[in-house]
Amino acid sequence: MRDRTTDLAIETSGLVKIFGKNRAVDGLDLRVPAGTVYGVLGPNGAGKTTAVKMLATLLRPDGGEARVFGHDVLREPDAVRARVSLTGQYASVDEEMTGTENLVLLGRLLGHRKAAARDRAALLLEAFGLTDAAARQVKTYSGGMRRRLDIAASILNTPDLLFLDEPTTGLDPRSRNQVWDIVRIVVAHGTTVLLTTQYLDEADRLAGRIAVVDHGRVIAEGTPGELKSSVGAGMVHVRLRDPAQRPAAERVLAGELGTAVHLEADPVALTARVAAGDADAGAERASRALGSLAAAGIVVDDFSLGQPSLDEAFLALTGAGERAEEHGGGRAGGRGGEHGSAPADRPADGPGRPAGHRSHETHETHHDTHETYETRETTV
Amino acid sequence: MSATTTETGTSFVPAAETLGAVLAPGARPPRPGALSASMTFGWRAMLKIKHVPEQLFDVTAFPIMMTLMFTYLFGGALAGSPTEYLQFLLPGIMVTSVVMITMYTGVEVNKDIEKGVFDRFRTLPIWRPSTMVGYLLGDMFRYTMAATVILVVGLVLGFRPQGGVVGVVAAIVLLVAFSFAFSWVWTMFGLLLRSEKSVMGISMLVLFPLTFLSNVYVDPATMPGWLQAFVGINPISHLVTAARSLMAGAADTGEITWVLVSGAVCVAVFGALTMRLYNRR
Repeated sequence: MRDRTTDLAIETSGLVKIFGKNRAVDGLDLRVPAGTVYGVLGPNGAGKTTAVKMLATLLRPDGGEARVFGHDVLREPDAVRARVSLTGQYASVDEEMTGTENLVLLGRLLGHRKAAARDRAALLLEAFGLTDAAARQVKTYSGGMRRRLDIAASILNTPDLLFLDEPTTGLDPRSRNQVWDIVRIVVAHGTTVLLTTQYLDEADRLAGRIAVVDHGRVIAEGTPGELKSSVGAGMVHVRLRDPAQRPAAERVLAGELGTAVHLEADPVALTARVAAGDADAGAERASRALGSLAAAGIVVDDFSLGQPSLDEAFLALTGAGERAEEHGGGRAGGRGGEHGSAPADRPADGPGRPAGHRSHETHETHHDTHETYETRETTV
Repeated sequence: MSATTTETGTSFVPAAETLGAVLAPGARPPRPGALSASMTFGWRAMLKIKHVPEQLFDVTAFPIMMTLMFTYLFGGALAGSPTEYLQFLLPGIMVTSVVMITMYTGVEVNKDIEKGVFDRFRTLPIWRPSTMVGYLLGDMFRYTMAATVILVVGLVLGFRPQGGVVGVVAAIVLLVAFSFAFSWVWTMFGLLLRSEKSVMGISMLVLFPLTFLSNVYVDPATMPGWLQAFVGINPISHLVTAARSLMAGAADTGEITWVLVSGAVCVAVFGALTMRLYNRR
């Protein structure tokens, strides 16, 4: 097998797609290294699906260039089609046909002879845990089964590049985990995966690199770690027992951390962003701050230093973070504690504290993203 | 981490070994040819008929109803008796019914194109028109079935074609071939229009005048001049005349040629427009 790691699977420059007056994709530049999972992260209507459709030769770009393994999507569409496979946002399988029929149909269309197509279909159904449902019409499948069949269809010929357009939107957590596992196995076998998602959690877990897209443009690019550190080294979250001590605590923290301290809507909570840069230095400062609080006689119920989540990074990059801060309560106010499935972050809230303002460590906030970005993208 | 539920049957853990076996890079077969891809899509259309047999209602009940209705409604008045009228009407009512059914092609295309599966077909490195040709292959089965149903009903009611088996079969082949060509009008509308309903609407608007303002039911000599002019250029009239001549055992080669040429024009014009729309979507 040739060396795929040094190649670019996708290269676009200034890609544009306009629908009426809407510039759905507006100068998109992507460089996707082969053999990796590359995440395209963005809110609804950011242009993710439109971009994927152009790269998969389903839509003609209105401007710019796009190459897939060096082949221009406009000039050599068949060369591109021979190497890519698409699992669209809406299941790309035939509802009225059975699982087996769907896969045999596709196998035949990819050039397999009848017997070979049948063998391959049986093999795939087994690998995707669908053997029991093989003879059933797809419309009787659950969302997770449908998605699995969809991905099975996409890898029937082991494509060099697989587009997964929001593969877990609308799936329950178990099915989502199954899809994640499948993606990891697929990429381990050399297929490049372009994954679009609005779930920061998903991009964080799967993607080697992420492009954050908003309004049809890449606004940030890098590894999940780089994106997080571009926002700041971390956040210190402090909860006091006595709200009367908060002004004193604010002074101590500001002195030790050297940054502005944010007073949460919750009268006992404070947060401070530790200055960007060296994470170790940040941790050292934070521990000194804790010591100084104790020395000043301030009773601390809870003190934590968290890495900024991709969630925070995303909100900061798209500018939504500032808006949320203005509405008071910052990160806790908008998306905090009411999410039932999030791990119980802290011991019971004390009396007099408003509900929905429990603090939690930043690395747990990804559970909230499902709530924040639930509606499906409707571009194209 | 995955599938930690206690529910049996639905829990599934993707295993690296089994999945890996499928993913192992085998030799990719060469891409299928135009005919092979079209036949595969034709197979898909047949599978759909198998899974949704209700759709065959259109090609059985509707033609039977048409034949019975018009034979007994007009037979006595126009030809003295239903049986005598049937000798004149049957080829025409067969053409009418089958041509009417062609509109479901557009409806099917329109319903399907909205689904994700079409995106998958369009990303395959196959002969582009094969998807559409596949539909039409399935539809040709439906057309043949409708024609056969009408023929059987006609024979039961007393239709006695002079052309014998050969003449009748030739007429049905001509009719199905023309309908295949004519269906490209509907694949175009299926891709062009936004909803199933609008496809239906346009289809009715085209098909009713085309089938009724023809020589199917009465001799055009009784019509006003302007209407005769329309009936004269209506391709359905030519198809009916050709089918009648074949069934009567006196093949009218002029009319048959006319039908074949108009069919070829349909494919060239509407086939090209269909593919343009298909590639543009």
